[in-house]
Amino acid sequence: MSETLIKARDLSVGFKIGSGFFGKSILKAVDHVDIDIEKGSFFGLVGESGSGKTTLGRALLKAVPITGGSAHYTDGEVDYDLTTLAGPELKDYRKRAQLIFQDPYAALSPRMTVRDIIAEPLEVMGLTKTREETDARVRQIAAKCRLNLEHLRRFPHAFSGGQRQRISIARALVSGPKFVVADESVAALDVSIQADVLNLLKELQRDLKITFLFISHDLSVVAHTCDHLAVMYLGRLVESAPTREVFKAPRHPYTKALFSAIPSLDPDDRGRAQKLEGEIPSPTNQPSGCKFHTRCPFAIDICKKDEPKLEHPGDGHEVACHRWRELADTLAA
Amino acid sequence: MTALIEVKNLTIQFRTDEGLVTAVDDVSFSIDKGQVMGLVGESGSGKSVTAKALMHLNAKNAVYGPKSQIILHTANGPVEVLKLKSARDLKIVRGGAISMIFQEPMASFAPAITIGDQMVEQLMLHSNMSKAQARDLSVEMLDRVGISDPARRFSQYAFELSGGMRQRAMIAMAISTKPKLLIADEPTTALDVTIQAQVIDLMKDLVREFHMGIIFITHDLGVIAQTADKVAVKYLGRIVEEGPVREVIRNPKHPYTQGLLAALPKLDDLDAPLTPVAGDIPSPLERPSGCVFHTRCPKIIGDVCKSKLPHDTQVDPTHRVACHLHTEVPA
Repeated sequence: MSETLIKARDLSVGFKIGSGFFGKSILKAVDHVDIDIEKGSFFGLVGESGSGKTTLGRALLKAVPITGGSAHYTDGEVDYDLTTLAGPELKDYRKRAQLIFQDPYAALSPRMTVRDIIAEPLEVMGLTKTREETDARVRQIAAKCRLNLEHLRRFPHAFSGGQRQRISIARALVSGPKFVVADESVAALDVSIQADVLNLLKELQRDLKITFLFISHDLSVVAHTCDHLAVMYLGRLVESAPTREVFKAPRHPYTKALFSAIPSLDPDDRGRAQKLEGEIPSPTNQPSGCKFHTRCPFAIDICKKDEPKLEHPGDGHEVACHRWRELADTLAA
Repeated sequence: MTALIEVKNLTIQFRTDEGLVTAVDDVSFSIDKGQVMGLVGESGSGKSVTAKALMHLNAKNAVYGPKSQIILHTANGPVEVLKLKSARDLKIVRGGAISMIFQEPMASFAPAITIGDQMVEQLMLHSNMSKAQARDLSVEMLDRVGISDPARRFSQYAFELSGGMRQRAMIAMAISTKPKLLIADEPTTALDVTIQAQVIDLMKDLVREFHMGIIFITHDLGVIAQTADKVAVKYLGRIVEEGPVREVIRNPKHPYTQGLLAALPKLDDLDAPLTPVAGDIPSPLERPSGCVFHTRCPKIIGDVCKSKLPHDTQVDPTHRVACHLHTEVPA
């Protein structure tokens, strides 16, 4: 029943940094990640700054070079190997995979009208032949994104943050993509507007059958919108499961700590949370063994030596932790 | 409890090319010693402008309303902040009795001067300490806010510290002059959740230890619930509701506060739909008449909301709300 749209195995992205006297060093932003994104799903990717979530999203869009492992895109019409994709096939992939940016103030050109902003991808990709056809496509997607059609002639400065984000969503969707990466797309919005944009994305997922990779640092937003949740730490995938499963019984101590760190809305629930010590280590100087052991309250000797593999216990709830079985009850509590 | 600072009828407008823009509109509140007040609101609600006014820090094009008053109670008697003119007098509120922590610690530290030199400089400016004393106190404060190896950090630059560390250094610097009031403007917004939790804990400890008043500005109601004693909710420059944090969060009276709470994703009920507050925040140049919230209010009564400004109603002695729904109900 369920088909996999994106399938990545051992996917790595490394950046060369500083070519000094002792040769080059490599910063591993994404480190041997396995990921399966099902067709039509709303896939959430969370992690703190420096965890590699943005780089992973861009690698799947082929916006940064993949330096190791494999990644495939299969939508029923085409089957692309993302590691070797080039030429006309890459151009075709650009129509099928799109990105929505974080900051709607920086993403829109102030010198173009809303109509031109939304129409640009169609013209660049040569998807429409006449101006009438372009206009029709623009109007159609603008209406879907709940934009007032009379506003198409205006410039972006006239719009508020929520409206601007709807414009950038329309621009991303106008080429009819099947796969959309939304990178922190509601982080810059006010709370009262954020809910509106989230509801819109969900609606578009249903109506247009789009698969979303939703990258966010905000677990409560992810919990409400995503069917599946993957957690990253220092370039590694540490846990991946259906959202409800993760919330009911997180298997990785890091996931648990992330949940506990969300400030509770209950003023009487102060300071009960399990707090994480320290900060995420620098990616150029990564800890040995399990990357999380420097901050993990449950770390033992083996965690410092051996890096845990992502386990697939068969119930769809994957985790990379040496002690997840014995910690199950503690973490679920 | 004695009031530490009293703000009365504060109105601030900015002269711009497009005309006068109202940022703060007839705002009154007071903070006691050792009290944490949360100031919540969305972009454009005038939170930061209000806070800056307490230190008389707003830009030159700011126009204060004639009835605006800010009274700071010091050991030497009350000081009217808005009447202070000379740079020497202003020192009382800028770094003396009041300190401020900003959202972006990277932008608030000078990049080419060590953290330590910046701390020493401001201590020597605000006290009679010798350089050696100021140095010792700075290292002690760095240690107090949980920075490991404080003596080494003292001689480092801002770029050498991580985000969480920088924010701790900023807090250490702000409290080293022993201010009576600390203004924290979105101090955790740029931080990761796990680091945010650490900084919130630190600030709670500091209130207990130094017994200062804090104004905590944020758009995050969760952060407010975890830190504040009382909370004021702002919309388009006006305080629409103010009360003890438990009351306002559990029993919100203003439709805007209710809307904000409903728009928040809740972790204990994943099936609950997200309910946005309808519409967009109006441009500051198109300030709605009557109640400023009426263009988005789901409970609008009728013409009265469009034409008449609701005045404050005490729903109980500590909880006030400015909404016609509550003015109509006899007390």
